[in-house]
Amino acid sequence: MSEEIIISFEKVNKWYGQFHVLRDIDLSVRKGERIVICGPSGSGKSTMIRCINRLEEHQEGVLKVDGVELSDDVKAIEAIRKNVGMVFQQFNLFPHLTVLENLTLAPMWVGKIPKKEAEERAMAQLNRVRIAEQAMKYPLQLSGGQQQRVAIARALCLTPKIMLFDEPTSALDPEMIKEVLDVMIELANLGITMLCVTHEMGFAKSVADRVIFMDQGQIIEQNTPHEFFNNPKSDRTRDFLSKILNH
Amino acid sequence: MGAAQTFTPIASRPAPEKLTGTLAWLRRNLFADWTSSIATLAIVGLFAWVLPGIVEWGLVHAVFRPDNEACREVAGTGACWGVIAEKYRLIIFGRYPFEQQWRPLIATLLMVTLLVASCTRPLWSKWLIVAWVVVLVVFFVLMRGGLFGLTPVETSRWGGLPLTMMLSTLGIACAFPLAILVALGRRSHLPAIRSLCIVYVELIRGVPLISVLFMASFMFPLFMPQGTQIDVLLRVFVGITLFAAAYLAEVVRGGLQAIPKGQVEAAASLGLSYWQTQRKIVLPQALRLVVPSIMNSFISTFKDTSLVTIVSLYDLTGSLALALGGDANWRQFYLEGYFFIAAIYWVGCFAMSRYSQWIERQLNVSNTR
Repeated sequence: MSEEIIISFEKVNKWYGQFHVLRDIDLSVRKGERIVICGPSGSGKSTMIRCINRLEEHQEGVLKVDGVELSDDVKAIEAIRKNVGMVFQQFNLFPHLTVLENLTLAPMWVGKIPKKEAEERAMAQLNRVRIAEQAMKYPLQLSGGQQQRVAIARALCLTPKIMLFDEPTSALDPEMIKEVLDVMIELANLGITMLCVTHEMGFAKSVADRVIFMDQGQIIEQNTPHEFFNNPKSDRTRDFLSKILNH
Repeated sequence: MGAAQTFTPIASRPAPEKLTGTLAWLRRNLFADWTSSIATLAIVGLFAWVLPGIVEWGLVHAVFRPDNEACREVAGTGACWGVIAEKYRLIIFGRYPFEQQWRPLIATLLMVTLLVASCTRPLWSKWLIVAWVVVLVVFFVLMRGGLFGLTPVETSRWGGLPLTMMLSTLGIACAFPLAILVALGRRSHLPAIRSLCIVYVELIRGVPLISVLFMASFMFPLFMPQGTQIDVLLRVFVGITLFAAAYLAEVVRGGLQAIPKGQVEAAASLGLSYWQTQRKIVLPQALRLVVPSIMNSFISTFKDTSLVTIVSLYDLTGSLALALGGDANWRQFYLEGYFFIAAIYWVGCFAMSRYSQWIERQLNVSNTR
């Protein structure tokens, strides 16, 4: 992990109407860092990472991604999105396209890469997530775990510098969670910057460089996994951990 | 526990007689219980009561020769199909000069051929667009004349099937893209575009087509500066297109609303621009959801073109009135004439309806597990 800062939040605030969803977020992410974000629902975790590729707009503060400040500049946003891959809770694969077409779409239309090369790249990513034999199927013909692995491969096809995961295993059957986590652990070893909203504490312990705990739109606590789980500083964190770890 | 059991398969045997065969089918489907038996008998009774009359009028006592005397004799008891044999050229080509009618014939055949070709998937390519441009140019040169030694024919004399075909084909072809833009505009984040689209749809949908046509043909020229002349056919065509597009836009919008937000977010997260997202992700999914409603609108537009009669353009229905109304001998056989027109419309609409079903099956491939 280098010392170079790739994402920085400075006093970022956001409101949904009158609801103050992000409050004075300060966060610096180093290149290659792997961060797990946890917290109760409605705490603003998803909103925060969705600000990074501007699926959500922040209203106050400065948010810089890969050296570019996020503003209303559409071209800048599109450039950032090329470098930021995202994996969603509901997979969000394009159901009218085959698995292969799902993967080649952005490289061909955004990356302007010839079809043949885009397909080679796509097959390489499908091999990585061990699903190459399903390339010609449509997403709805696959299981949830398979769909999520395709979604990860799709995000990787633009060779992003940053990967955002928004509760990638929350919509999956328990049996399928492992196959997705295994793929994510492999990615973590590649040195790509990862921000992952998840409740999979085992994943956090084994992979994360830093765990962030959020509640009511604020970052309450951030620390190494070891410190975070064994020695939480805030009583709110302790309360949360006791609820999710002891059942 | 205990000794392992041996698996002995049960030998296959034919289904019992009472489950197969015509009688069993009849019993199961038509006479399952007393309510369905009554329904079956009632429907058969209705047919037995109505059909003989129709067959007698339409076939047994009908006159097929263009023989006015014979027709008058059977009037009331038999159909006079002779009226069609006598008047078909006037009905199909309207007031187009009689000796020049080979021109609209060729023009219409070309257009129908290309329509069929456009509906055939293996032929979908860039050449189809080229073919359309060529055919449209040829269509108008043939119809209008004035080039290559063809006698000029004013648009006011165009009529019948070529006019109906032209207005509905071009009307639909222009209304569809316009409708997509308006539907997208109604969901735009830009207030000016959104309001413009809402005003357009609500204004046009709020008035009958007849009033749009009246405005296009009688009111519009009053607002034009002196000396500016826009062909009435063009004005009526624009009116039909705008009218059809307003309805289609709402159909398309219905499809757009059914697309989950996650699809747009996924496209955005991959760096696709607004137009790329609409073209590659949203519209392909939205349009296939509303294929039946789109075809509904197309069929309405096809039939709505018959309203141009009221602004003195003689489409199929108009030219029928023209063909029979001006001839005292044949005037009374308008019913048979309308049957003929209805048959033409029905063939067109039925073809469109079947095609839409085929398209739906083609597009549903990705949704079948």
